[in-house]
Amino acid sequence: MAGSSFLRGLPLVPSLVLLAVFLAGPILYCVYDAFTDAQLTGAAETHFVGLANFTRAFADPDFLNALWLTLVFVVGSAVVGQNTLGLSLAVLAEKATRPVRSLTNAVVIAAWVLPEIVAGYLMYAFFYQQGALNEVLGVLGLPRQNWLYTLPILAVCLANVWRGTAFSMMVYSAALAEVPRELVEAAEMDGAGVWHRLWHVTLPVIRRSIMTNLMLITLQTLSVFGLIYAMTRGGPGNKSQTLPVFMYQQAFQNSLIGYGTAIALVLLVVGALFSVVYLKLLKVEED
Amino acid sequence: MRKKLLAAFAITVATTLSAAGCGGSASGSGGNSIKVVYWQHLDQNDHKQQTFLTTMKRSFEKAHPGKKIDIIPVTASENDYYTKIQLMMRSPSTAPDLVYEDTALINSDIASGYLKPIDAYVAKWADWDSFADAAKGAVSSPADGKTYGVPDDTDTRGIWYNQNLLKKAGIATPWQPKTWQDILDVARTIKKKLPGVTPMNLYTGQAGGEQSTMQGFEMLLYGTGAAGDSLYDAKTKKWIVGSQGFKDALTFVHDVYSENLGLSKSTALGPNAGTEVGTKLLPENKLAINIDGSWMANNWLTTGPRPWPGWSRTMASAAMPTQHGQAPGQVSMSGGWAWSIPAKAKNPDLAWQFTKAIKDKANSTNWNIIESTTAVRTDVAADPKYLDATPTNKFFTGLVKYTHFRPALPKYPQVSNAITKAMESVTTGQSSVSDAAKTYDQDLATAVGSDSTAKGTR
Repeated sequence: MAGSSFLRGLPLVPSLVLLAVFLAGPILYCVYDAFTDAQLTGAAETHFVGLANFTRAFADPDFLNALWLTLVFVVGSAVVGQNTLGLSLAVLAEKATRPVRSLTNAVVIAAWVLPEIVAGYLMYAFFYQQGALNEVLGVLGLPRQNWLYTLPILAVCLANVWRGTAFSMMVYSAALAEVPRELVEAAEMDGAGVWHRLWHVTLPVIRRSIMTNLMLITLQTLSVFGLIYAMTRGGPGNKSQTLPVFMYQQAFQNSLIGYGTAIALVLLVVGALFSVVYLKLLKVEED
Repeated sequence: MRKKLLAAFAITVATTLSAAGCGGSASGSGGNSIKVVYWQHLDQNDHKQQTFLTTMKRSFEKAHPGKKIDIIPVTASENDYYTKIQLMMRSPSTAPDLVYEDTALINSDIASGYLKPIDAYVAKWADWDSFADAAKGAVSSPADGKTYGVPDDTDTRGIWYNQNLLKKAGIATPWQPKTWQDILDVARTIKKKLPGVTPMNLYTGQAGGEQSTMQGFEMLLYGTGAAGDSLYDAKTKKWIVGSQGFKDALTFVHDVYSENLGLSKSTALGPNAGTEVGTKLLPENKLAINIDGSWMANNWLTTGPRPWPGWSRTMASAAMPTQHGQAPGQVSMSGGWAWSIPAKAKNPDLAWQFTKAIKDKANSTNWNIIESTTAVRTDVAADPKYLDATPTNKFFTGLVKYTHFRPALPKYPQVSNAITKAMESVTTGQSSVSDAAKTYDQDLATAVGSDSTAKGTR
């Protein structure tokens, strides 16, 4: 009996080996590196330094700045921006006629299918001093702004909303299609208005989708690097330096691989904290 | 059933092995071929080094039948180039056989064990005696005294100015500022009299990397009271914190950018500032004063990215003055590049053969002329063909007596990063000069260890 179940499990072994080598391996190596003083250049040996990289990070004003900007970026562009805009678009699309819906979908999804670096470059061209946005403002007689210089974090937040809304929109479109018609109609019969129906009927029903969507876009946004790097390189100064950009600069510009990987682990913890908050807030585990 | 399971198992194992195997058997340089890695500037119009190396490759392959040279450009900003070659040199499957190294970085890479000592090779090379001692010093490790590269070129730094623009603003030429104040005064005059012209360029910010540190900051810092000891005191082996000179240099950066005497902040802080200055602003007569390297003319030669036949009638050079004009009155910085063989190179012997070929006298002369760089071979430096090739060669070669070298230590790249960070924060106005200097002191202490720093007295 034991022999046959072993044989049945045997075909799984190669994939387990692959997962161990290519997935668990790098993660474990990263965890190990975070506790060493590994450098890209300047020292041939690496030493185990315990928690030194972490204590250094939390005493480093640049790190705390990056942590704060990461929170601003995630809450501003993902939780508020992509999430609500995606939901609104999905709700509106449900009511819209077929051609309007197809057209909107095509436009929104176009931003999403672009490679990150292309999107970053387009957004750079849109926001920079002689860019499209300022041309439009000029034509309208409004004052031009040096967006990437004066308000870089707002510019990258807007860019990320532009790029990522399609994902939320698609998740919510699928979820809304699953809301039972009779529930909505019953509420309508009872005299509930549009907002009441949305708040008391639709949203509770699609709660699981909201939670999945929030979780996914938060994790995606936490790790956004190319978009910000292409637009501002984290600058000017450190005014748009989120954790991934800070991590890159420490690991590859300052050559401090150990410190950089420690920051990567902190980023992982930040992601986990967000997930816990979502689980608690939406109480999905109850049903 | 059992057979099927076994077959499935065999197939998955085979795919696993072949997938896992692709990391191990990387193709690369074998016994008869080498990989040569160099830095391709972000300015895609600048193909001088590519052309030079390709010519070298052809003649070498013709002279040595059966051998193959792979010329591999790494297109990146300067700092990214360092990172990329370091990553390549870490693993035997990606390590090149010959690599173009900045001498500012070489000690750091030697300390990492990335490079191979070449003492045994140079001992048997008659040409080695022709290399200047200062240049040899730049490629040898203070730790073990061994040689880790063949110097390729060196340079000095000074001021380039547009004579026509200065004249138009009513400033007498030839112009030689005596103090920092002179430079600021002239820049202010130009700003007032010539709208549309950028008065001056002082490189700054993190994206510029070593360009900001060396052409921008160190040209100021080494002209302050502590001169050659402003950044690092070689006698006490301590990095300097809290010095007045450092703050004064930052104040100069602050003045230039807060009064809008420099490039627009977004250009100055972007990665393309160097290209913008050399191939656009200067040739288009839109920039009056530029603190920059001796090689600037290579932008404007017929082989360069922005040919400008009349440049020598428009552009003139001056030495960078010390802060208050104190002795020796002038200041310059020198760096340079070298060819090194990585420790993990597969074919160091052939790499050495190729190095000897590109660094013999004829090819060295040729290369110094093409790139408008300062010669490191004494026989080339005395060659009229080299001295007369570019009108400014003599002037910049003459700055050698005022020049300083950066502290060639493994920690230098991190110190350089801390400097660019301080510069960027005062350029944007995000920090005051004293706050930026304080942050630099902290960053420096973190990078080199607080027991390796000392309070500067001047």
